[in-house]
Amino acid sequence: MLHTVNKSPFERNALDACLTRAAKGSAILLYEDAVYAATKGTNVASRVSQATQAFKVFVLGPDLRARGFDEAQVLDGITVIGYDEFVDLTVEHGTVNAWL
Amino acid sequence: MSTDENSSGVVKKFMYVNRKAPYGTIYALEVLEMVLISAAFDQDVHLAFVDDGVYQIKKGQDTKGVEMKNFSPTYRALDGYDIEKLYVEKESLDERGIAASDLMVPVEIIDRAAMTALIDSMDVVLSG
Amino acid sequence: MPAYEIGGKSFEHDEEGYILDVNVWTEELAALLAEKEGINMTSEHWEVVNFLREYYNEYQIAPAVRVLTKAVAKKMGADKGNNKYLYELFPYGPGKQACKIAGLPKPTGCI
Repeated sequence: MLHTVNKSPFERNALDACLTRAAKGSAILLYEDAVYAATKGTNVASRVSQATQAFKVFVLGPDLRARGFDEAQVLDGITVIGYDEFVDLTVEHGTVNAWL
Repeated sequence: MSTDENSSGVVKKFMYVNRKAPYGTIYALEVLEMVLISAAFDQDVHLAFVDDGVYQIKKGQDTKGVEMKNFSPTYRALDGYDIEKLYVEKESLDERGIAASDLMVPVEIIDRAAMTALIDSMDVVLSG
Repeated sequence: MPAYEIGGKSFEHDEEGYILDVNVWTEELAALLAEKEGINMTSEHWEVVNFLREYYNEYQIAPAVRVLTKAVAKKMGADKGNNKYLYELFPYGPGKQACKIAGLPKPTGCI
């Protein structure tokens, strides 16, 4: 299953809700304001890093760059992807769970 | 337009409190536009950046890939509008791993207690 | 959406005549817009119009008149950065008229 999160982890608990309930081995895509969760040095970084052990975590590159971050500032274990790969992930996983 | 305000001589301390990240919601852009319009009234304008609001002035924003307007350069125009009192809360930066050098405009970085006192000293506070 | 037409090319504009996409602007369009405003473009007019385009490029907004005046003074000197000079060039307001000719949106903070 592909889980998507688009809310800032500092403002909403959507990411936390997702990490708590996604089955092991699921894919998780962070986009829009959720891309902040993928950046280094935040106070949710250790929680997100830990999540990369249990899940395949992706972050949407265009949303990341719009907000002033690049790949070098993304936590290890998270893959930066573009829109094409977003579509591929959706097709590949069939079921999408959007944590709004 | 601001003649009446000027002649009455009433200058109030205004503060716009930015709490939202840019792009994900419309708040940041709306507050910025409100600030630019309010500049015409010659009030004592202050801007605060707290919580996700600190992301608004993060350097290096490039929105080409999302086909949205990058409005971050406009924060650099505030100086020309005589809006120079910009405050950023230190704790908000720290929680997000953002350094002072990551910010695109000159700001004063103050801690939460100082921010509380500053907001409390205002005549009008608008938060978005 | 209403549009200006020049030699088969069309430029969409809003109800007040400001073009919608700052990037499609051409000097030819500026000349047409100036004509509609009753302005005969001289090198002094072009100087202000080009300055406005540079300002927009830098800050992504059309400046309020007060801000434009100050910025012009800084860049081109006090003899040009004053209301009298700018209003002589653009009698209905340097903010509104010059911005329209420069292909910018209506000035932010212009009320």
